[in-house]
Amino acid sequence: MSVVREAIVADASGEADEAMAEGTAAGQGRAGRKVLPIVEGVVLVAALLAPLVLQDYLTVFATRVIILALFALSFDLVWGYAGIMSFGQALFFGSAGYGVALLARDLDITNIFLVLPAGTLIGLTFALLLGGFLLLGRHPSSVIFVSLGTLTGSYAADRLARGWYYLGGQNGIPSIAPMTVGGYEFTEGPAFYYLVLGILTVVYLLCRFLVRSQFGLALAGLRENEQRIAFFGYKVQHLKAIIFAIGGAVAGLAGSLYAFHEGFVWPNMVGVVVSTQVVLYVLFGGSGTLVGAVIGAVIVEGVSFWLSDNYRDIWPIILGLLLLLVILFRPLGLISFVLGERERVGSFGAKAKKNIKEKRNAP
Amino acid sequence: MLLEAAGIKKIFGKLTALDGAALTVGENEFHGLIGPNGSGKSTLMKCIAGAEVPTQGKVSFINTDITAFTPTERARAGMSLKFQITSVLPSLTLYDNILLALQAQSSLFDLVFSRTRGALHDQVMTMLTQFRLADRAFDAAAALSHGQQQWLEIAMALAGKPRLLLLDEPTGGMSLEERRVTGELLQPIKQHCSLVIVEHDLDFIRDICDRLTVLDQGKVLASGTVSEIQANKSVQEIYLRRA
Repeated sequence: MSVVREAIVADASGEADEAMAEGTAAGQGRAGRKVLPIVEGVVLVAALLAPLVLQDYLTVFATRVIILALFALSFDLVWGYAGIMSFGQALFFGSAGYGVALLARDLDITNIFLVLPAGTLIGLTFALLLGGFLLLGRHPSSVIFVSLGTLTGSYAADRLARGWYYLGGQNGIPSIAPMTVGGYEFTEGPAFYYLVLGILTVVYLLCRFLVRSQFGLALAGLRENEQRIAFFGYKVQHLKAIIFAIGGAVAGLAGSLYAFHEGFVWPNMVGVVVSTQVVLYVLFGGSGTLVGAVIGAVIVEGVSFWLSDNYRDIWPIILGLLLLLVILFRPLGLISFVLGERERVGSFGAKAKKNIKEKRNAP
Repeated sequence: MLLEAAGIKKIFGKLTALDGAALTVGENEFHGLIGPNGSGKSTLMKCIAGAEVPTQGKVSFINTDITAFTPTERARAGMSLKFQITSVLPSLTLYDNILLALQAQSSLFDLVFSRTRGALHDQVMTMLTQFRLADRAFDAAAALSHGQQQWLEIAMALAGKPRLLLLDEPTGGMSLEERRVTGELLQPIKQHCSLVIVEHDLDFIRDICDRLTVLDQGKVLASGTVSEIQANKSVQEIYLRRA
């Protein structure tokens, strides 16, 4: 894991100097050189190589981190792109985890082609229900209303899971059977790692397509000035509910992978702590970039892992200080060391830009 | 009539901002809304556009009662508003600002799958060219001068092909030259769109408007053609009194 982390950090610090040298010019309008694809490529290559250089127990840890990165994507979609402050993202993550755990325990369903869609669907359904209630009023709901509503939802689910005997109460559901495809069982290790990495890559590419489409442009309008785009005729509540539901589905997918990887689910998985954790990943890495969420999850988890090993007693304090420093001095996250504001927001008519340049050069 | 607002009353706490104001605008008419500071011009605009809900009164647009419509529903019915404070999206390019406005009524499928090629691209560039912003299409909107931002915002308000455009102080903060150009830019839209314009610059209003409504203390003081209003004694009085 440390290799991955160092690779990313080294890459970040290497390019940071350049970005500093260019000063704000990089952020202003020089969209010529694209940094984002480079960062994405480096992260993917590092992730592909990780199991080759990591010891087995670290590959297991890395698998967990990749699943959490997938979870972080779901929060980046709703907060980083649509500006919906969801403090209850774990509700979709955990309820899907519980859902697939019950499928495995009570119905012996562990086939990957059944459990993963089921988990995704559970996340989607819960997000539609909660999102419908919180977001689909006749008039746009306030940020406070939505964040408190999602927080309460997550908290209530946590209490419910703790008190419900069928769900195992405080202990949750232990010893979930492994996920299967045909006769093969996915147990912890490189195969599971590459499976979740493959899923993360596919989901990442789908999200990337979505946020760079004109739907993504509408989302940019939504987070920058919701009232303004309502006056253009955008159905802002619908846009929000849709992206919230997509976020819920991604969180559900991550939650079902998590349940099978860890082999058990417990009430924390739907609760406020995990909901907050995902917020930290995204703020730390940099919201509204997708790759920032992935980097944030990797670094926060990697650093806590390393700290808890080396500073057994005071590591949470060190981690807390680190997070605080980043949020104070880099409110746009670590990614902002290499990524200018202009590129972060992106250009939605980029293809047309080339056409114009060609047309200008033609005569 | 395209727009008919009648008996509009708006009370903020103890303040009565509008007290039975009315406004009628015909097809392809440029209508100026004038009056001293605090006479309720902006509030009336907001009640028409849906940014404020009137305490009392009725707004009809193309023979439909839209009093209870949300801003989104009004926009989809063909009404468009340029805010008094410029609210272009500063971090987006000019091109994307226009595209955002242009796509406001597209289906979700179109939003996800359409790309700016062909017709859509031409539409964006036509709007930008019409408002003399084409050469800055790929700059961030924040980099524009104040006047250019106002033009961009008018272009955005027109992108959805509205039947009625509400402009709240379009020339605020503009130089004389920029004001003149703004007048020129607005002329061609008369073929397909009516205009209600709130403006302090009376010369500007006189040059481009067909009819005027004068508000004073939340009530209509006078309404008529530009020459009728100019000849009106009580209008002259309130402007002299304030001057």
